[in-house]
Amino acid sequence: MGKVLMKGNEVIAEAAVHAGCKYFFGYPITPQSELVAYMARRLPEVGGLFLQAESEIAAINMVYGAAGTGVRVMTSSSSPGFSLKQEGISYLVGSELPAVICNIVRGGPGLGNIQPAQSDYFQVTKGGGHGDYNIPVLAPASLQEIVELTKAAFDIADRYRTPVILMGDGMLGQMMEPVEFGERLDKEQFKKEWATTGTRGDGGPKIITSLELNAESLEERNRNLQRKFARIKENEVRYETYLIDDAEYIMVAFGTVARITLNAINKARREGVKVGLIRPISLWPFPEKPFIETRGRVKGFISVEMSAGQMIEDVKLAVNGFAPVDFFGRTGGVVPTQEEIYDKIMSVTGGVTV
Amino acid sequence: MTMKTVFKKTSGLTDAPTHYCPGCTHGVIHRLVGEVLEEMDILEDTIGVASVGCSVLSYEYFNCDMTQAAHGRAPAVATGVKRVLPNRFVFTYQGDGDLASIGISEVIHAAARGENITVIFVNNAIYGMTGGQMAPTTLIGQKTATTPFGRDVSIQGSPIKVCEMISTLDGAAYIERVSAHDVPHIQKVKKAIRKAFETQKKGLGFSLIEVLSTCPTNWGLDPAESLVWVKDNMVPVYPLGVYKNKEGVK
Repeated sequence: MGKVLMKGNEVIAEAAVHAGCKYFFGYPITPQSELVAYMARRLPEVGGLFLQAESEIAAINMVYGAAGTGVRVMTSSSSPGFSLKQEGISYLVGSELPAVICNIVRGGPGLGNIQPAQSDYFQVTKGGGHGDYNIPVLAPASLQEIVELTKAAFDIADRYRTPVILMGDGMLGQMMEPVEFGERLDKEQFKKEWATTGTRGDGGPKIITSLELNAESLEERNRNLQRKFARIKENEVRYETYLIDDAEYIMVAFGTVARITLNAINKARREGVKVGLIRPISLWPFPEKPFIETRGRVKGFISVEMSAGQMIEDVKLAVNGFAPVDFFGRTGGVVPTQEEIYDKIMSVTGGVTV
Repeated sequence: MTMKTVFKKTSGLTDAPTHYCPGCTHGVIHRLVGEVLEEMDILEDTIGVASVGCSVLSYEYFNCDMTQAAHGRAPAVATGVKRVLPNRFVFTYQGDGDLASIGISEVIHAAARGENITVIFVNNAIYGMTGGQMAPTTLIGQKTATTPFGRDVSIQGSPIKVCEMISTLDGAAYIERVSAHDVPHIQKVKKAIRKAFETQKKGLGFSLIEVLSTCPTNWGLDPAESLVWVKDNMVPVYPLGVYKNKEGVK
């Protein structure tokens, strides 16, 4: 296929098809609607099915039904629509069903606007729906990385029987970049004996449910879920670092903002400021290790976000007091510029640190 | 002397004892669905979707693959199942609080799409599981925990007539209202359920059977009085009969 120039939202859709996703239930919302439209056109070509639901709530529950049959299934939305999906996401976790849910985040709260934001960070990483749970969250920073992470999202979903969130911002959804899909990605096979497909030749009835009326039994079920979350924390942490070995200050940023921050870091380095970057790729599980490894040699961290300061809480937990954690963020759909991040670096580091 | 079996348990139900209150007709309706699935020999090709409310545990009672859905969302969940497995039989089993209140959108749109599923809709004019609050189907003047002075049209509006409403949609293929208040009517319930599954078998589209049912516990009546209450009070408001039979299913 070679390299093709595509829009971010369409890359997510095509990558999902490459990952063996044949079922998509969605509802249009800006700035992710191209994803829905792409699936409507593309899935029939691969013998799959696209269905526009009457609401985000219906869409996520259609995903729930389809996931229960054992197929790879996906839905996508943007912030206000993602809020509506929380009910279904909690049920997917409780019933241990695999699915991929994409959230192309826009400015909020409420109807907000349609500009890029990262202000759903708390919602995606801290549960979001009711009950004790976490969901793996993958946050690509480039369209090429979307290809890899979309495949990873479906594999993680199947491996752990969990919904997985692919989180981008409106910028990532709307930008165009050349990408390469390579060969089809759905090589790893997962047996799904738990799927409800009818009992013919299949032994007794199977039940998919999150209901457990007995308190002790539900606690045991929760313990099992927590054990699963612990395994995910053990195995599915993803991050990238840039120039942190000699860094005196470390920036922390994910998604689109990480790329802008990278440019600001390069400019600061040219000015002799020893600054590096930790880019969390999995927002949950949050990559604590690269922070801990810098203990004793780093003077401080700066969390850069398109929110009023949400990821900074995870940074502070990872740093656990061994260094100060500063913050720079724009909110309401404003994308921070390279210059203002550079200025923040200069004001925190005091300029030249050599 | 040769013994002849004249009555036995249907293989459509598991051996699990149900939790339903004495005099509640859920048990009867469960059995009828089970019998239809058994007689049509489609039990092994069926995936049921349980709802929230009194029938929340129905996944333990039907002897087929079952999925438990969030409150009101069963038709959306069933849509997901059916779209992946179009050659399986998919049904939802929902009460009136689940279907006519929080889940009204999901059932309307499943019907509008002509989703080839069967909805068993059990209407007892009240919220049962949560303790007898008003449902969209509660009768005018009916006292419930949240209409202690009786349902007042000027405050709570009028009952929603699901069959009448759904039958206006082009995607609705078979819509019938029946009642489980006496033996002749119970026989009609079974016939209606069978027609609904036949409709699905023929791929004709959305089918819904509304079954008028009892709630002795929350109505504050004994089981026998409850059956009479259905006949005297519910049937006049919710007229029985076929509301839609698109292709003349017999």
